[in-house]
Amino acid sequence: MATTQVPLTTGEPVLVQPGQTTRPKRFREYLPLYVAISPFYIVFAIFGIFPIAFSLYLAFHAWDGIGPMKYVGLGQFRYLLSDGDFWHSILVTLEIWVISTIPMLFFAMIIAVLLNSNVRGRTFYRIAYFIPNITSLVAIAIIFGSVFANSFGLSNAFLQAIGVGQISWLSDPWGIKVAIATMVVWRWTGYNAIIYLAGLQAIPGDVYEAARIDGASAIQTFFRVTVPMMRPIILFTVITSTIGGMQIFAEAQVLVGDTGGPGKAGLTMVLYLYQQAFTNSDFGYGSAIGWGLFVILILFSAINWRLVQGRSGR
Amino acid sequence: MTAAMVKRGFLHLVLLLGLAISIFPFYWLFVMASNTTGDIFKYPPKLTIGSQLLVNMRNMLDAIDFWGSFLNSLFVAVVTAVLVVFFDSLAAFVFAKFEFPGKKPLFVILLATFMVPAQLSVVPQFVVMAHLGWVGSFKALIIPAMVNAYGIFLARQYAEGAISADLLEAARIDGAGFFRLYWNVAVPVLRPIMSFLGIFTFITMWNDYLWPLIVMTNPQKLTLQVALAQLNSLNATDYSMVMAGTLLAAVPLIIVFLFGARQFIADLAAGAVKG
Repeated sequence: MATTQVPLTTGEPVLVQPGQTTRPKRFREYLPLYVAISPFYIVFAIFGIFPIAFSLYLAFHAWDGIGPMKYVGLGQFRYLLSDGDFWHSILVTLEIWVISTIPMLFFAMIIAVLLNSNVRGRTFYRIAYFIPNITSLVAIAIIFGSVFANSFGLSNAFLQAIGVGQISWLSDPWGIKVAIATMVVWRWTGYNAIIYLAGLQAIPGDVYEAARIDGASAIQTFFRVTVPMMRPIILFTVITSTIGGMQIFAEAQVLVGDTGGPGKAGLTMVLYLYQQAFTNSDFGYGSAIGWGLFVILILFSAINWRLVQGRSGR
Repeated sequence: MTAAMVKRGFLHLVLLLGLAISIFPFYWLFVMASNTTGDIFKYPPKLTIGSQLLVNMRNMLDAIDFWGSFLNSLFVAVVTAVLVVFFDSLAAFVFAKFEFPGKKPLFVILLATFMVPAQLSVVPQFVVMAHLGWVGSFKALIIPAMVNAYGIFLARQYAEGAISADLLEAARIDGAGFFRLYWNVAVPVLRPIMSFLGIFTFITMWNDYLWPLIVMTNPQKLTLQVALAQLNSLNATDYSMVMAGTLLAAVPLIIVFLFGARQFIADLAAGAVKG
């Protein structure tokens, strides 16, 4: 993400002039600067670094949060690797991620391309498409939960009206995943469309002009000109959707509860962590799941990173 | 000519379809909140706005302390937003316009924190809060969120171009101290990025769910999202009432958002494309 385009101003002003001051005075001049940036580092040390170190410590212990801790060595991790529910939660998360991210980014690109064609009311569309993104996940889960309700939901009324018959969405493993993925798609398509649109608008017009003169069709232009120039932006959206997708929680928890619903079909990784740590009061194991999650995130980031490095030829 | 018009019409048709999908859930929420549960759950369901909205709202207000949790969320979101705007812009100003020993490594550390996923530390963070005695207190929500790397990074990028070095130097020669430079020179120029960060933080805090669910164990201090989820899980049979609560929780934020939406969306997109 933070690769190139950041415009770095050269010759930043050095407000503190070295040489004209003695050493103690210089320190006094620097002091306000350090004070000004210190809140971030203090907060990060207490609520970022320390908890991470402590979670590593916790992951080697059995602890219910109240009683004494018991050192169990690699026991938690050994259990984690043989825990069917953990692997199941990874699978669930990946399935939901795939069936939400692909349609989401696909529709986002279509909307962005359409909005980029000098259409009237662009500002209005941008705002309307963005509204789902600021809506709370709990509200979304409640609304979509009713739409996908087993026998009386709006989706079933519609399916019945067109003669397909009912689907018990919330009793069926794939029904649950589709319902969760639908929420993700609904909430994030507009957001990604707006990002893509900003990227499309940054492509200079003469590039398209050159393609047109060369006789490229609209589809050729899109795949040969637009997509390559949009690569960094597409990558940004893939990375953000990956990070978001690995952390799905509220949608699933509100829709099917702490257990993950029938067949644990909604048991995402974070929901499983929450369930083990906070409903089962197993802090040690919860921390171990956290580390499992971390490894998977790193793995995905590495894959994403490789994709950029490999393709952009930089 | 006609081909172009057909194309244009088709384009609008697709965009309007997308628009309908974006907006429909809100309409449907309003329909559910304004009818009886029986009316929504019959076949065919009632698809128009009904007359039961006030009844459903009254039932909902009897079931949970809606306004209490509404105010809790408002308090947490406003206080956090103000703190984030202040601390982030202050740090951004320093990183953008000053040289000091250790600047580079400190900024690298700041960037590195982007990679740390919040969920990894949710359990030990709770333990930290328990040790501080902050579980059930608003401090547990506000303090960890009151300054963040994303905002500092974004505001620094903005500050580098926006704050004039000449103006800074002139103010310094006039004898302005660091805080005066920040307040009189940086803040007026940074106002656009500060309002973006404020709105962004407000929305994030208002909608946050996992962390308040874990840490706000005090029933008097539930945030709106946690109260809403409880309403939903405890009253699964009275949909209309739950929807009345959902409507009241979701729609005010959206209406307020619409006033600044245009600029906010432009800033968000610019931040993503540049970053």
